[in-house]
Amino acid sequence: MNVIVCVKQVPDPAEAKIDKETKTIVREGVTNITNPFDMYGIEEGVRIKEKNGGKVTAVSMGPPQSEKCLREAIAMGADEAILVSDRALAGSDTLVTATALAAAIDKVGDYHLIICGREAIDGDTGQTGPGIAERLGIPHVTYVQKIREISEDKMIVERMIEDGYQVIEVKLPALITVVKDINEPRIPSLRGMMKAKKANIITMNAQDLSLDPDNLGLKGSPTQVIRQFTPEIVRKGEVLEGEPTEQAAVLVSKLLQTRVV
Amino acid sequence: MEYFLTEEQEMIRDLARKIAKEKVEPVAAELDETGEFPWEILNVLAESDLCGVYIPEEYGGFGGGVLEQCLVVEELSKACSGVAVSYAASGLGSFPILLFGTEEQKQKYIPSVASGKSLAAFGLTEANAGSDAGAMETTAVKDGDHYILNGTKQWITNGGEADIYTVIAVTDKTKGSRGNSAFIVEKGTPGFTFGKKENKMGIRASTTRELIFQDCRIPKENLLGREGMGFIVAMKTLDVTRPGIAAQALGIASGALEAALNYARERRQFGQPIASFQAIQHMLADMAIQIEAARALLYSTARMIDSGAKNYSKESSMCKVLASDVAMKVTVDAVQIFGGYGYMKEYPVEKMMRDAKITQIYEGTNQIQRNIIALEMIKEAARKR
Repeated sequence: MNVIVCVKQVPDPAEAKIDKETKTIVREGVTNITNPFDMYGIEEGVRIKEKNGGKVTAVSMGPPQSEKCLREAIAMGADEAILVSDRALAGSDTLVTATALAAAIDKVGDYHLIICGREAIDGDTGQTGPGIAERLGIPHVTYVQKIREISEDKMIVERMIEDGYQVIEVKLPALITVVKDINEPRIPSLRGMMKAKKANIITMNAQDLSLDPDNLGLKGSPTQVIRQFTPEIVRKGEVLEGEPTEQAAVLVSKLLQTRVV
Repeated sequence: MEYFLTEEQEMIRDLARKIAKEKVEPVAAELDETGEFPWEILNVLAESDLCGVYIPEEYGGFGGGVLEQCLVVEELSKACSGVAVSYAASGLGSFPILLFGTEEQKQKYIPSVASGKSLAAFGLTEANAGSDAGAMETTAVKDGDHYILNGTKQWITNGGEADIYTVIAVTDKTKGSRGNSAFIVEKGTPGFTFGKKENKMGIRASTTRELIFQDCRIPKENLLGREGMGFIVAMKTLDVTRPGIAAQALGIASGALEAALNYARERRQFGQPIASFQAIQHMLADMAIQIEAARALLYSTARMIDSGAKNYSKESSMCKVLASDVAMKVTVDAVQIFGGYGYMKEYPVEKMMRDAKITQIYEGTNQIQRNIIALEMIKEAARKR
């Protein structure tokens, strides 16, 4: 059973800041981490391999430093890693990213399942996973919280929805995006880290993937980010007066009024 | 301070730090309260290969040494030294086999310690034999192909949790300390049982129990070294493992300083953070000076041992004394900086203060360590004459 997991490097939210002038996320001098949702994807991929055999290939698109999250995937148990990296891809939106990743995955071939995190914590779109599936012409299931059964040609999964979950059977190859309820990502082992340190990361550029040079990066992206900003938080506080019992009564009625409870 | 660790050592330290932060810190207060043995954390340490960092590769380890082990202990101890000592005591139990075991004994017992499948423990102390290890009463009598053990070992870290025990017992009462021998005893051996779990002031996540031997028969192949070498096995083992206690103490002290520094920057009195008061600043500075000095001595000692020095009893004792005395002082100061909050269980520093005390006591009290240091100095001076 061969699994492909897609990973993205994102700025550590603990350090992330928005440039007040340009309104964009400051990426310089900020620690980058593997998108937390992708960690669940890596873990699930490695678990499937451990149970059913096969291999796990981690794929990422981004600047050369994205290599770090691919090595992390290897430390956790992935067998191979591919980095799609090209200056021409800078500024790509989810459509172009999905096209490029789909091309890389197509080049790898021979896969049963592709796993992505539900979304990246920097862009929050959740579009890249489904986009890859569309480009590859395979079915996809988003927000998977559990894989109930998996075989070479089909799987049964639980898809998280607002008030519960759906049970979906899907033919393989397919793509799923996973939520954090699916597992608890392992801490990498020393041996895994040693292996990751020495691992050869395969790099592919736009030409290797025969991508149309006119439809790449910022200029090939139909989505343009006009402005990013931190919303101003307007909090109106109210201090309740009176004895504690009176205050409690007022508080309860206010909570009921505002439908908080 | 920059200690120029190798890339592997940094990897080990960072991994231990990650586990301490993500797996130990969130449960440290709870483990302290319940005294539950941290199997879940030890399993994470096992899966991440950290149980074998000091064990040679041929026995399934990572091939590092005392420094690697100390780095792990220090990081774990920053979060919870009860967890750290449970990890370190497995080293204490397995070093006698690594140092004095035959190839067969090493092949039989070490790989499962390296993988973290088994914990080890070390049994030396008895009710009437603490600092005076020579007053030991547990006996081992040879009977054909076996030894028969009788007696009780007290305050044994990992007692009952460990699978492999190295135990010192008297084989010839007439020879004094040269009449002791070291044995490997497996959990489950008939006649080998455990006393109740001790209720301790600190390091409460670790388990401390009696080892009770009642006509416990063990195969003669389980003798470590030769008969009569028990005292040497114990002393040489402790020379290698005392830096681990120093690392534990150092971890507690570093954790306390970090907590105190963060608190001092946040806590406001008289309209400003208390970190802006010179009285607090000087306390923080003194804490940092002592910690860095203890760390420098510890890392130097660990490197000395790992580089193949022949005798390191003195340095090993020195780093243990310094780090444990520093841990006690620094944690008391950390509680002081926290003020009333520091005395409350909602904050981590009172636990650190309780945890620190044991490091001045076990694996040889600091008074016994000073004896060792002075005796070594006198011996060295006499040799020069």
